[in-house]
Amino acid sequence: MCGIIGVIDRKRALMDGSSIRDALSLMNERGSGEGAGYAAYGIYPDYQDCYAIHVFFDNLVEPKSQVDHMLHKWGRIVHQEAIPTYEQEGLKRSHIPWRYFFKPYSDLMAGSTTPEDDVIKHIVMETNSNIQGALIFSSGKNMGVFKASGWPEDVANFYRIEDYKGYIWLAHNRYPTNTPGWWGGAHPFNLLDWAVVHNGEITSYGTNRRYVESQGYTCSMFTDTEVVAYLFDLLGRRHGLPEDIVVKALAPPFWDEIDNMPEKEQKLNHAIRLTYGPALMNGPFAIVVATHEGIVGFTDRIKLRPLVIGENEDRLYISSEEAAIRVMDPDVQNIHMPRAGEPVIGRLNV
Amino acid sequence: MSLGSVPLKYKVSIDREQCMHCMRCIDNCSYGVFHREDDRIIIDSRKCTACHHCISMCPRDAITLKERPVDYRSHPLWTAEAREDIINQARSGKIILSGMGNAKPYPVIFDRLVLDACQVTNPSIDPLREPMELRTYLGKKPSRLEINKKDNGDVELLTKLTPNLKLDTPIMIGHMSYGAISLNAQLSLAKAVEKTGTFMGTGEGGLHEAIYPYQKNMIVQVASGRFGVDINYLERGAAIEIKIGQGAKPGIGGHLPGEKVCQDVSCTRMIPLGSDAISPAPHHDIYSIEDLAQLVRSLKEATEWKKPVFVKIAAVHNAAAIAAGIARSSADAVVIDGFRGGSGATPKVFRDNVGIPIEAAVASVDQKLKDQGIRNKISVIASGGIRNSADIAKSIALGADAVYIGTGALIAMGCRVCGQCYRGMCPWGIATQRPDLVERLDPEVESEHVANLIRSWTLELSELMGAAGINSIESLRSNRSRLRGYMLDEGTLDVLQVKPVGA
Ligand code: SF4
Ligand code: SF4
Repeated sequence: MCGIIGVIDRKRALMDGSSIRDALSLMNERGSGEGAGYAAYGIYPDYQDCYAIHVFFDNLVEPKSQVDHMLHKWGRIVHQEAIPTYEQEGLKRSHIPWRYFFKPYSDLMAGSTTPEDDVIKHIVMETNSNIQGALIFSSGKNMGVFKASGWPEDVANFYRIEDYKGYIWLAHNRYPTNTPGWWGGAHPFNLLDWAVVHNGEITSYGTNRRYVESQGYTCSMFTDTEVVAYLFDLLGRRHGLPEDIVVKALAPPFWDEIDNMPEKEQKLNHAIRLTYGPALMNGPFAIVVATHEGIVGFTDRIKLRPLVIGENEDRLYISSEEAAIRVMDPDVQNIHMPRAGEPVIGRLNV
Repeated sequence: MSLGSVPLKYKVSIDREQCMHCMRCIDNCSYGVFHREDDRIIIDSRKCTACHHCISMCPRDAITLKERPVDYRSHPLWTAEAREDIINQARSGKIILSGMGNAKPYPVIFDRLVLDACQVTNPSIDPLREPMELRTYLGKKPSRLEINKKDNGDVELLTKLTPNLKLDTPIMIGHMSYGAISLNAQLSLAKAVEKTGTFMGTGEGGLHEAIYPYQKNMIVQVASGRFGVDINYLERGAAIEIKIGQGAKPGIGGHLPGEKVCQDVSCTRMIPLGSDAISPAPHHDIYSIEDLAQLVRSLKEATEWKKPVFVKIAAVHNAAAIAAGIARSSADAVVIDGFRGGSGATPKVFRDNVGIPIEAAVASVDQKLKDQGIRNKISVIASGGIRNSADIAKSIALGADAVYIGTGALIAMGCRVCGQCYRGMCPWGIATQRPDLVERLDPEVESEHVANLIRSWTLELSELMGAAGINSIESLRSNRSRLRGYMLDEGTLDVLQVKPVGA
């Protein structure tokens, strides 16, 4: 079932990770102690022009030399270090989390309008499908994902999540059925600027996967959530569609509703469904997606998973449970539930 | 020395105690199995084709039919069929003709594929309570949308979509020409597709005036003989289909014997009365893929780019690459006709030995288009041996947008798959032009039967989708992860991109 929560401060005020940790722990009923994770935007101001590449290494010999080699080929490593971690009794360390701050050479990707992003995407896909013992799980600028197998509080303390300050946070408490115990299987999933937390199971995974694969993505995480990140990257970044249109492609209105729309809207929705049929996500889900510009939360078309919204001045909260939001912000206002498939968008206004 | 007769195929007998001497069987059998001598009904079993018309009309259930009443010495290689074919050909020196689809006992891949259903981790969806979308659009889709979001939030759509066919259900009826089947049969099918919001093909026989009222549900066919094709015909169709090949007889053309070309057929096909209608093996203006692309464009030009153009090919070894070539033309859909597809008249050696099953063909076509990133450029229609809603669900999960059914629709009108269509004496009034037989088929009644079949399969399809937690047909399309192969070999699983059961 899984528990998710996301928050944005629209004025970019920074929040440390302690309160989202507490909120996530409140939803332990929804997890099984086998996976939790956090994503935060705005945490690396000193390296904001670099891609922050987070990697799980099985050891620092073979896999790391291969990743180093690839990075050297494609750009310049500005800085690298082990991600600081602190032993927790309830958490078994299975990988070494490492981070690179990296600048790709933009002239290496011919024919691309976003060459730097495409270099990074290539590095991520290559590493995750071809380098044994290395997994890139975070690759955006001035943002990072922190995840592991364990209860939310253990994972948070393992990374000392309160040491990071971000204006957007996503968090996820996992109840795995597919790939228990695997660090890579924990959420959030990330590619470039996109981070995704997801509660549910995508029954259209086979269709969505074939679609993103035909557009040059490689699915390597053995879980359905990764396609959401790729779909957002494809539609949002490469096709240049705004988030609300991307959500309309992923969780479109029913044909009956479209048939009854005013002509212009009808034409648009009709075109979206025809063009992006293979991107339509079926099955029960509640999802929150973030980029450095904002967050968007939405559910499947018949809302088979919960999603609650709360607001407090500049802050917008999206979560599986109202109680979790109240832990983060006891004074939260305007708690409500969005309709099925309706996107809830929180955008920066600075 | 004479070869003598081959043993009877069927043995018909009448339970004389049950029989009430109504003589209906005599009237019903167009093959002349029954005749009357004084007060007795005499049976000539050798003429029987197992069409079941007498059996279905006998008020007393007095007629019994047995297949192969005479045994041969059993032999695994020299089957009775192999021996009989040789005997017959030794006599005739000719190609053996046959009707309907492939009759060899090849394993059926559909029967070795199983579908998935939800349990616990995701809920199944109840089609009685929740919307279930089977609406399908056939035609080219853009690979991406261009929009312009204005500052006031207004979204302007810049991409122009090409015309698509809108189907209420992904089930269409394949091309069976007037000539191959009767006008009443075609009329029944036309009424059925109109009732169910879908489409049917005219076949290569032109469009009879009686079908004009249903033209918005008709896909008109342009085949190698170009029979019945003129601008009026093209403009009447909702879409145009170029027929390159047919699953029952890949690589060869067609032949409608002159005796079937009556006044009406001759007008509709635009050929002289009583002349043989011969469709050549290739189109004589298509000798390569670019010629095909040109014909697609010509048809589009002729109809002002208002109608989708489909291209139908037989499922052969190289179907995937051919489909990829077709996807690069202006064509909107590629129809793949598997080797079980039916036919009115086909050399038996082709019907039973040439081509590949639709399951493998659709999977490999979908895969090739996906690998080349052009899957959305074209719709894929599967046909050839689709027997029920499960076959449809499996075809779609293997990559089809929609299916054509043929034999299934005929069975709904009475056909018993006796395989004698090429003889023109179909007692059900389907594959015949004999007025007394055609009259037996009432379009009002039979269209309802065919429509019912489409409705039932549509309902079952929604139930199967709901059980799999899917409420929109596009999420079933190419969703190979919802299929598993049962006792399929590794090579086939690999082609189908399906995991074995339990994996
Ligand atoms: S139809 Fe049946 S009952 Fe009538 S004559 Fe034939 S066998 Fe007898
Ligand atoms: S259409 Fe008529 S002749 Fe052909 S198989 Fe069916 S029953 Fe027999």
